[in-house]
Amino acid sequence: MTTNDWPLWEVFVRSRRGLSHTHAGSLHAPDAELALRNARDLYTRRGEGVSIWVVPSAVITASSPDEKDPFFEPAADKPYRHPTFYEIPEGVQHL
Amino acid sequence: MTTPDTTAPETTAPDMTTAPADTTTVPAAAALALGDDALVLSHRLGEWAGHAPVLEEEVALANIALDLLGQARVLLSMAGDEDDLAYLREERAFRNLQLVEQPNGDFAHTIARQLYFSTYQHLLYDRLAAGDGPFAGLAAKAVKEVAYHRDHAEQWTLRLGDGTEISRERMRRACEALWRFTGEMFQPVDGVDVDWAGMEAAWLESVGQVLRRVTLSVPEGPRTGAWSAGAGRQGLHTEPFGRMLAEMQHLHRSHPGASW
Repeated sequence: MTTNDWPLWEVFVRSRRGLSHTHAGSLHAPDAELALRNARDLYTRRGEGVSIWVVPSAVITASSPDEKDPFFEPAADKPYRHPTFYEIPEGVQHL
Repeated sequence: MTTPDTTAPETTAPDMTTAPADTTTVPAAAALALGDDALVLSHRLGEWAGHAPVLEEEVALANIALDLLGQARVLLSMAGDEDDLAYLREERAFRNLQLVEQPNGDFAHTIARQLYFSTYQHLLYDRLAAGDGPFAGLAAKAVKEVAYHRDHAEQWTLRLGDGTEISRERMRRACEALWRFTGEMFQPVDGVDVDWAGMEAAWLESVGQVLRRVTLSVPEGPRTGAWSAGAGRQGLHTEPFGRMLAEMQHLHRSHPGASW
């Protein structure tokens, strides 16, 4: 496999109606239309999806591992922020 | 690229429960012609495995090949034993179009072959699915696969035709080189009841539209007649086909009945 200059795309697949799109992986493609088609071939071949999003990897801004503590640590000891005091009605999925 | 699923996919035939149970009503010669088209093109596309320009495209071509293999299995089973038909026939007994047996060439050649064939196959299966003949069930199921093959070929024709000077020249060359094999597609096949002339007009219109979008001219060479190709349906094939068959059949012929 030769290297290529095609940009990288992140693929999000919605497995069925009512669920959100979930990150499935990434791939190379020359443009958005072909990225969609490549995603269809790579990630939905066994009936995994009803909808696909592709996003250029370059436009994603990600938090850095170095910032992990300031970002996430303070949330650990504040249980009153957690919505654990509600009763979940029966039959509600995916909450 | 993160963990795409590239394991060998299943090659089981699609469940064609809608195919007629009474196979005696199926015109075997027609099933053979359509089945051989699918089988031979599937094998040609499979030859790209390990050689495609990029991994993503390799998977795309392999997917198309597997769709075609599924169709071939159903069609050949209508005509007899699928394994015997695929592995034990001599070259002269194959009824596929000469177009589909043409070697892969460069990527543009493969795309031109795909454009010509998948446009034809889509038009044909669309018409078969709308009818109530013996192939209606298979066609109704396969037409969605074939629509995707056609889209894939059109997208790539546009990109190569509108890409760099090199890609454009290669696309032009490929369209020219394979043009003489396109007339044969519209020789009526016994037992396939469609309006062949109308289908040919629709094919010319569609392919012409794609090529004109990237200002590639529609080839002008002959498509039928003395200087064009086209007797695959009668069992006459081009030279590269024999070598392809040898490779496709040698395992089964060396180890008859082998399985895993």
